[in-house]
Amino acid sequence: MWRQTKTIAWFTALEARRGRLLRLMAATLLAAFLLSELAAAAAVTESNAIRLAFLAATLRVAAVFVLAAFIAGSIAREQADKGSEMVLSLPLPRHVYYLGKLAGFAVIAVVIVVLYALLLALHSPFTQALLWACSLLCELLIIVALTLLCSFTFAQVPAILSAVAAFYLLSRTMEAIRLMSRGPLVDTTEPSSRLIAAIVDGIAYVLPDLGRFTPTDWLIYQTGGIGELAGIAAQTAVYVALLIAAGLFDLYRRNF
Amino acid sequence: MGARERSVAAVPLSVLAVLPLALAAQLYWHHGLPAPSAAATELAPPPPQPVLEVAAAGDRTSFAKVLMLRLQAFDNQPGISIPFRALDYGRVIAWLGAILRLDERASYPLLAAARLYGEVSEPAKQRMMLEFVHEEFLKDPNRRWPWMAHAVFVARHRLHDMPLALRYADALATHVTDPRVPSWVTQMSIFVRVDMGETEAAKVLLGGLLESGRVTDPAERRFLMRRLEELERAGGK
Repeated sequence: MWRQTKTIAWFTALEARRGRLLRLMAATLLAAFLLSELAAAAAVTESNAIRLAFLAATLRVAAVFVLAAFIAGSIAREQADKGSEMVLSLPLPRHVYYLGKLAGFAVIAVVIVVLYALLLALHSPFTQALLWACSLLCELLIIVALTLLCSFTFAQVPAILSAVAAFYLLSRTMEAIRLMSRGPLVDTTEPSSRLIAAIVDGIAYVLPDLGRFTPTDWLIYQTGGIGELAGIAAQTAVYVALLIAAGLFDLYRRNF
Repeated sequence: MGARERSVAAVPLSVLAVLPLALAAQLYWHHGLPAPSAAATELAPPPPQPVLEVAAAGDRTSFAKVLMLRLQAFDNQPGISIPFRALDYGRVIAWLGAILRLDERASYPLLAAARLYGEVSEPAKQRMMLEFVHEEFLKDPNRRWPWMAHAVFVARHRLHDMPLALRYADALATHVTDPRVPSWVTQMSIFVRVDMGETEAAKVLLGGLLESGRVTDPAERRFLMRRLEELERAGGK
């Protein structure tokens, strides 16, 4: 089973190379670099902080978007070509196929993170760039597992990307939304306000707390630590396990 | 059950076991997280103007409107309310100036400066805002006179600083040249002078205004002439 998983992962990663994903990542890297240099050149003070802030924010969003688009396109194409049906007709458990795909996409995420971390390490202390990169990898692993789940569930690329984007934005802003649901402008004696706050809390329970992932502060103010990264890694492990289980549940029930 | 779906029995037991376990782990993990705490974020200085120009992506007006709303809402951050007077007014002014440079025809930043940030109960911060309104007024007097007129009101009735009110009123009288602007705007300096007891100077200005022919409305001319007569009577006593 391990050998079969590795083979599927290998071909998935190979598809990224043939699909020129690395060139696209290099282009985003260059664009982010030029944008951050422009911002730093225009700054009167804290030019390195502004450079890092632009670079980190652009790279993080670019990595999430490009990786999700690649996975959605890859799975949609494979389903349209009946490639997945062909693989699943072989004497191969469905979870091997699923985990192989997941591992292949995870390898691509690792390559992206290494590329980005090398650029960031030029402008920030190496240990902080390393911590930031590990946190970005955790974030991307959640995105990989989520996009894979959505790809088998929705099949259409616009629906997949919309679902991933909504999930990502909601997860990143959930803390602020929770605070606003109880903020000074809310009348907490109103039953409707309490109901809304309870619904928001309920949604927060089933989302990963991405607001704590990959903070730019680590790069600029060197505040990252192994403790914070351990918490992020634990959240990633729990959430990726949940997404894999949900994805497998869906895949096993599907009739091809 | 749809034709594209198999029975739940087709799902291996291990997957059926992991799914609720993973969900329980997620709920447990989230339950253990500290409750979100509200922390006031300090208003950062605006980025350099070229960065704002790039960030506007070619639509400076829309971007300026978004920035203005963000600045105005800064007192209400998630879960916390900050009084306007607690804000760093140097930075607020820098943001208002940057927004005005993005959208020079906007009146919102000047309205906010005069009526929102200029109405706090700290005279030093009020004066900073009034000075900002004055500086920006001088760049486009015929468009920005309403906010300068409000600054005269704040200086006269809130700060009780008559020399300051007179300086602003004189700026209105000197720089506003558009005939469509109501004449009371340019007459403010006369009435501020009267309040200050400078009746002789007020008489000269009022007489000059009536002779200039700029006041054409008969009712307004009658009102101003009556004021002039009152001033002359007061001066003759």
